[in-house]
Amino acid sequence: MFGYSMADIGNIMVMQGFSGLSMFTVLLLMALGLAIIFGQMGVINMAHGEFMTIGAYTTVMLSKVATTYGFVNYYFVFAIILAFILAFALGYFIEFIMIRHLYKRPLDTLLATWGLSLVMQQSFRSTFGAKEVSAELPEWMLGSFKPTPDIDIPINGVFVMVLALFVTAGVYLFMYRSRWGLRVRATVQNRVMAGAVGINTQKVDRVTFALGCGIAGVAGAAFTTIASTGPTTGTLYIVDSFMVVVFGGAASLMGTIASAFGIAQAQSILQFFMTSSMGKVSTLLVIVGILMMKPEGLFASKLRK
Amino acid sequence: MSTLNRRNFMKVGGALAAALLSAGILTNTALAADTSTAKVMTTGLAVTDTTVKVGILHSATGTMAISETGSIQAEKLAIEQINAMGGILGRKIEVIQEDGASDWPTFAEKAKKLLASDKVAAVMGCWTSASRKAALPVFEKENGLLFYPTFYEGLEQSKNVFYTGQEATQQILAGLDWIAKEKKAKTFYLIGSDYIWPRTSMKIARKHIEQHLHGSVVGEEYIALGDTQFGSVINKIKLKKPDVIYAAVVGGSNVAWFKQLNAAGLNSTKQTMLTISVTEDEVLGIGGENLAGFYSAMKYFQSQTNPENLKFVEAFKKKWGEKSVIGDVTQAAYLGPWLYKAAVERAGSFDVDKVQAALPGYVFKDAPEGAVTVEKNHHLTTKLRIGQWGKDGQAKVVYTSAYIKPDPFPKGYQ
Amino acid sequence: MNASLSKLVGGKEGLVGLAVLAAIIFVVLPLGVDIFRLNLVGKYLTYAFVAVSLVLLWGNGGILSLGQGIFFGLGGYGMAMFMKLEASDPITTKIQTTPGIPDFMDWNQITSLPWFWEPFKSLPLTILIILTIPALFAYLIGFAMFKRRVGGVYFAIITQAIALILSILIVGQQGFTGGVNGITDLKTVWGWDTRNDSAKYILYYLNGFLLFGAILLSKYVLNSKFGMLLLAMRDKEERVRFSGYDVSNFKIFIFCLAAMISAVGGAMFTLQVGFMSPSFVGIVPSIEMVIFCAVGGRASLIGAVYGTLFVNFGKTFFSESYPELWLFIMGGLFIAVVMFFPDGLAGVWAKYSHKLNFFKKKSRLTTAAVTDSTKIDAGKKTVKEIDVTNIKGAKA
Repeated sequence: MFGYSMADIGNIMVMQGFSGLSMFTVLLLMALGLAIIFGQMGVINMAHGEFMTIGAYTTVMLSKVATTYGFVNYYFVFAIILAFILAFALGYFIEFIMIRHLYKRPLDTLLATWGLSLVMQQSFRSTFGAKEVSAELPEWMLGSFKPTPDIDIPINGVFVMVLALFVTAGVYLFMYRSRWGLRVRATVQNRVMAGAVGINTQKVDRVTFALGCGIAGVAGAAFTTIASTGPTTGTLYIVDSFMVVVFGGAASLMGTIASAFGIAQAQSILQFFMTSSMGKVSTLLVIVGILMMKPEGLFASKLRK
Repeated sequence: MSTLNRRNFMKVGGALAAALLSAGILTNTALAADTSTAKVMTTGLAVTDTTVKVGILHSATGTMAISETGSIQAEKLAIEQINAMGGILGRKIEVIQEDGASDWPTFAEKAKKLLASDKVAAVMGCWTSASRKAALPVFEKENGLLFYPTFYEGLEQSKNVFYTGQEATQQILAGLDWIAKEKKAKTFYLIGSDYIWPRTSMKIARKHIEQHLHGSVVGEEYIALGDTQFGSVINKIKLKKPDVIYAAVVGGSNVAWFKQLNAAGLNSTKQTMLTISVTEDEVLGIGGENLAGFYSAMKYFQSQTNPENLKFVEAFKKKWGEKSVIGDVTQAAYLGPWLYKAAVERAGSFDVDKVQAALPGYVFKDAPEGAVTVEKNHHLTTKLRIGQWGKDGQAKVVYTSAYIKPDPFPKGYQ
Repeated sequence: MNASLSKLVGGKEGLVGLAVLAAIIFVVLPLGVDIFRLNLVGKYLTYAFVAVSLVLLWGNGGILSLGQGIFFGLGGYGMAMFMKLEASDPITTKIQTTPGIPDFMDWNQITSLPWFWEPFKSLPLTILIILTIPALFAYLIGFAMFKRRVGGVYFAIITQAIALILSILIVGQQGFTGGVNGITDLKTVWGWDTRNDSAKYILYYLNGFLLFGAILLSKYVLNSKFGMLLLAMRDKEERVRFSGYDVSNFKIFIFCLAAMISAVGGAMFTLQVGFMSPSFVGIVPSIEMVIFCAVGGRASLIGAVYGTLFVNFGKTFFSESYPELWLFIMGGLFIAVVMFFPDGLAGVWAKYSHKLNFFKKKSRLTTAAVTDSTKIDAGKKTVKEIDVTNIKGAKA
């Protein structure tokens, strides 16, 4: 068939399937934090990409420390935790000084967070320099895993996948199995009533926003395994993240997962058969087309404006 | 600009500098008896009896700042060294630095400012083709002088621009010849970022592979700028199993490309790759371990051991820090001020038309890359080098070509 | 003053505002700065078209489009395609494999002019296209979205995605569009060299007049009954719908009008700057133009022009003097305007002039929501306060 052996085609299909999955987990990690914030407050955080960049720089810096003190093999665990903490703390602070004043004006939040993203980008540039940097990866994360001699499964891809699994499970547990999650969902459903029964809705908002930012930080840490980090790294991912969240429908964890999966597979397959940029354009066009037909997204039950 | 001068005086102070200074002035006065401003400048440029203003126009902010910082540093170093030698025709260079902000119209705007308002005598600047294309009409309209450092796609020749980097054929043909011969390569996979330089380069490469090397191109792929997902492309490459991947991926994508290639098992022990877009600057981001064993085709590598280069590397590190690296474009940017100095001295004038006329034919012997010749078409005759990357982020030069004449409008490749 | 004219400019106060702006644009700036700086001002004023369009769309209609760059770009590319064809006559392009087509096409092995370039051989057709295609495109987007009641953040994100798609397409199809370099090296319009100083003055004034035309047209629209409905829609869309109005049609109309105004700005940009590139189509310029509008005061047409000039002068000044500070200031401005001055410069001015009691309050009452500064007040009111009698009063 087309001059390739069946074995070749089989191998490529396995690897292509994996590369779609890998893109799916990347999109999912990017979009999860955004979806939580969007679902909670109906605003889109344009500085989401920069919170990711914080996580990425944290990892890069820690990898430098790790190479000096010789714990390269397991620094990544600390990096992920530290990335979460830093991004969470900054998110908490930003919510306090900025976001909470703008809840009644979602479109304005979008602009204000865009401004925030510019400030953060320049801070990165002033602190870490304009050049792109890379984290020193532990030996075990380089190379590939080979079930057969002709199939290569990238280990960093597997790593990101496992991490995405943990984060998604964590978010699920937090949102649906914890007292905090109960408060968050109550606030989303009916803010006034939630307040009336004694939930501190302001605090719920703040923690939710910070949590979304924290997850962005984790995503950033994970991305250092597949790409480099620069002051403007965050902007590369932001529109994709929006599309995932909007396409999935707000306030729906399932929707975000399904939409990330659909977009990733579509893009991955299209890029195999078309050129890379046309693959991307076609995917975006299909999403915009579907959103025009079904503006509430895939998984939201009621119409939104 | 004035701060630079002040810094110069403080840094360069001392007997040696004083000696150099007076020597420079002496030779200048000896060479050209009358260097009064009225004689050497008749077109209203910012030249006084003691100074000449020169513009630097690169992106200090925005996405391109990553790449252009090295060029700014090299140009400032060259200017500092020239000033320490007494300047040009006894005039110290004053730098006016403008930020193109990675935004092409801004380049045009700032070029206009430098030429029309500041009346600078020459501009060292532009990096991407897009910024050059945007600023070029301004240089032609205002009759300015631009020294452009980046290797680029060719298909251009302006009397107002001197191209100190290589045009496409200088970088591509000899490199392909070498890899075809050395690696017995017959099948090639071409991959580049999606803009004019990679596309034009790949067009030339394809013609050369098909017509002169009698090989075949089994795939050609362009990645949107900034894209970081290479899974599908890598699978396509695995399916086609080319002898050589010929790559011109730039910017943030570059890092993702090499990392994912390695992670997919395509490292240099299994796959030969020749890139025309990776210099020492890019390696910082990519990481030597991801790149080890792959080849780059450039005209300059930091590891060259000729005395001119050793001196240059030492001076560069002294000024900009031990950790700084020097890529191909940085070196080409370093040539700009020196070529300008030579041109003015050959012309005995700062007037743009005379400078333009005087530079072609000049051989710059002390260039870090080795002697280069300025040709009539305003490009340089240079050698091509193939470097093999090591884990430490430095390349070992494995091949040096004979001198290659620039040919910006190559016949049979269009 | 006769009633319709008064309505057009927005009463005495509006007239003074327009006169001051006219004096600045047509007299003070041309006399005060050299041609280089004036050309820059001209470039900024082309962005002001977009800012004005956003005042209609966002400030008064409550529809935030993060894709106005699409229309600015379409207009700009239309003009650029015309000028590029004129600059690519067979004689000047004789070194090409195929003389007579734009140089970038030749580099991409295209051997004949693509069909969609054909209309751009004619200037009248080009102008027609610049005015109609962006509006048509806006109609399609608007029809698909407003009919399904997509609004708010969703509309913003989708327009942003469309801007991204268009910029990827332009970059990817470089044989037809010039790719990331854009369409460069534009020289003449019907043989008239647009690059010399006299041409720059003429273009500057043409641009100024067109901008005033756009402002007056917008004022006219806003002061009509339609404008009142628009405001009402922004504040209480459901009520307007329940009153029997088809809200989506109004939104589609205002989106098309905004697209057309932006496209004119784009075309003037190409004429004055001499090239067009995809960096004006994408996400970043689209958002920056929103901030021009917000800084000026999102509901004030004249404020939008000042906002644009203010931000761009700031950008030029800081990027020349303190390049590393520029993004901090731009970002800070975004945040500050949104958080502390939601009515922008116009809001500050309204407060200030109010204190001075410079203008009499009488005119406000008779032409409620007609003048710029009252519109800012209206921004804070709900539709309850601008009751129906006021609409009638304005009509009388």
